[in-house]
Amino acid sequence: MTLATAAAAGRPSVPRRSVPTPYPTWFFLPAAVIYGVLFLFPTLASLFFSMTRWTLFNWTFIGFGNFIQFFKEPFLVGGLINTLIYAALTSGLKVVLGLLFGVLLTSEIWARDYLRSVVFFPVLVSTVGVGITFTVLMHPTEGLINESLALIGVRGPGWLTDPRLALISVALVDVWKGVGLATVIYIAGIVSIPRDYYEAARIDGANAMQRFWNITLPLARPATVTVVLLSLIGGLRSFDLIWSMTRGGPGFTSDVIASVIYKQYQAGFYGLSTAGNVVLFVLVALIIVPLSIFLNSRDVSR
Amino acid sequence: MPRSKNWSVLAGFAAGLTVMTALSGSAFADTTTLSFLVPSGEENVARAQSLVKAFEAANPDIKIDIDTRPGGAEGDNLIKTRLATGEMSDVFQYNSGSLFQAINPQQNLVDLSGEPWQADVQDIFKKVVTAPDGTLRGAPIGTGMGGGIYYNKKIYSDLGLQVPKTWAEFMANNAKIKAAGKIPVIQTFKDTWTSQLFVLGDFFNVNVAEPDFATKFTANQAKFATSPAAMKGFEHQADVFKAGYLNEDFGAATYDDGLRKLATGEGAHYPMLTFAIGAIKTTYPEHIDDVGFFAMPGDDAAKNGLTVWMPDGLYISGSSEHIDAAKTFAAFVASPAGCEAQTAALGATGPYMVKGCSLPKDVPGAVADLLPYFGENGAASPALEFVSPVKGPSLEQITVEVGSGIRSPADGAALYDEDVKKQAQQLGLPGW
Repeated sequence: MTLATAAAAGRPSVPRRSVPTPYPTWFFLPAAVIYGVLFLFPTLASLFFSMTRWTLFNWTFIGFGNFIQFFKEPFLVGGLINTLIYAALTSGLKVVLGLLFGVLLTSEIWARDYLRSVVFFPVLVSTVGVGITFTVLMHPTEGLINESLALIGVRGPGWLTDPRLALISVALVDVWKGVGLATVIYIAGIVSIPRDYYEAARIDGANAMQRFWNITLPLARPATVTVVLLSLIGGLRSFDLIWSMTRGGPGFTSDVIASVIYKQYQAGFYGLSTAGNVVLFVLVALIIVPLSIFLNSRDVSR
Repeated sequence: MPRSKNWSVLAGFAAGLTVMTALSGSAFADTTTLSFLVPSGEENVARAQSLVKAFEAANPDIKIDIDTRPGGAEGDNLIKTRLATGEMSDVFQYNSGSLFQAINPQQNLVDLSGEPWQADVQDIFKKVVTAPDGTLRGAPIGTGMGGGIYYNKKIYSDLGLQVPKTWAEFMANNAKIKAAGKIPVIQTFKDTWTSQLFVLGDFFNVNVAEPDFATKFTANQAKFATSPAAMKGFEHQADVFKAGYLNEDFGAATYDDGLRKLATGEGAHYPMLTFAIGAIKTTYPEHIDDVGFFAMPGDDAAKNGLTVWMPDGLYISGSSEHIDAAKTFAAFVASPAGCEAQTAALGATGPYMVKGCSLPKDVPGAVADLLPYFGENGAASPALEFVSPVKGPSLEQITVEVGSGIRSPADGAALYDEDVKKQAQQLGLPGW
């Protein structure tokens, strides 16, 4: 779903003529059945169960009680703020770093292909594997990062155990892992800009900075839209990295909405966690749909 | 979304198990094959294997296959899902007390009230496997445990310290240990569950001060935040942090790190349940005699006693097709022969809940420290989770926050009171 949105976002829509198709509408049926069984039915069922107190063995209908409880959840407000911080931070850094790497890796530099694969490599590694590795590296006393800092006389902080730092540390690891994808999207975007513009600008006497601001940045806009949407959606529903690194800890300080929901599920509050998922679904839709419409309308009108 | 992913994994797992049981069932037409689900972890698997081996030798017509499941909250989910879908193994090991109440025992488990061996099971255990309708649904598997503080005997003898009976004595010991350059109190918040002992292990002292706390707590009349005795656990948790008595890496250390620091004498105290003796024995056998154990210190030395954890229960799934064979196995586990098989696998880790079971004379030091509390004149009280079905799921995060100075004890206690509300409502208790 996210990929489809993103792909559609990058392209102005082409008006289609209605041609009578030789295929009967029945051909939709297999897809409709799969869609209904695997998506529509669970979605409707979750809407229903989000309004029940559900133990898996039996359920009681309690109306909007779960939603009220979920919003009263003391960790939820913190989790909501953390989610927004996390999404904005990872998304922002991926755009900036992805663009920089994209420009760098499309220019004529030494070992370009090798560097491209180096930047992309972290994307291929399993998220949980990355999480566990960085947890070891970020250990406050025995981790490689702080031991290296100690060599130059700096006393490193508790990256994952200091409540002020934990969320930011995880976000930085997320950026390390995800920036490769943003870079690849930017490379594709930048490569598709016609060389003629750069030549014309150079003849007019534009320097490298001016060429970047006036040609690369505006014409790479579809790539920016894609990166922003993808990383924002990813950031809002981010779970696996946070769970494998801090489990929302220390305490509740790095909890995001997804981890709050998962904890409710673990505790056996199935109705409550289903309600949480409905809230997450609505939240992601509320942020992404207007943003996508906004970004794409600007794109078309240009 | 994490949720749906979990579901499909569970469904696949359950389906796979069904196929396996079906196949093995037809392969041994003349013998009955039972499936037996135990929590993963060295101690549990070793115990199950030893029990099954001894049982199969005595009952050649019954064969038992052992499956393992994850522990903790993940395991709770798996148990609930398999019970709800009717895919549960014939017999399984699971917590007694409040977690037992959460799996709807009346509907899902076979009634074992009428079994002859129930006469030999200690009453204290029967209470924690009793369904709301008053029937008994489980047999004891494993030994009773204590929740208190392990201490390193070498550090104690080097510094000439006495085992503390009050919190003031405990803190005075800590000051001396710190002055000697050792870690006074080990905390391991990477494994968040290890952070709950100061609160949960203090229940004996709560019970002495307010004997009706558990009843009132279940009825939504008593709260941690408004009961001075119950607040103590949260305050103690904050005290050791504020005094700077924790190991430097307390936020990132794991349970295994904690055991290492304790056994090798890096640290003096580690609040933990006594089941850790088994792990110390297998991992640091050369240090097993350096480790001792005492109950959570309270206010009054004369009234010091131990908060006790009951062993797990062995349950028979209501959907089992071999209930008679399963009952034979349960009877074996709850017999002196069953206790012997468990001791053969793990050594002595604590007292059994079956009359007629005995322990070898040569027990590890920490177990020797534990046994008197269970004896005739011992002072012991079951933990809150065995006398009240109400247990909030977020206690471990709250105690981590209180124990790392992120949240004040009063705030933590109030937050926990909010947390238990959901559990009580989920169980449909009156008064919530």
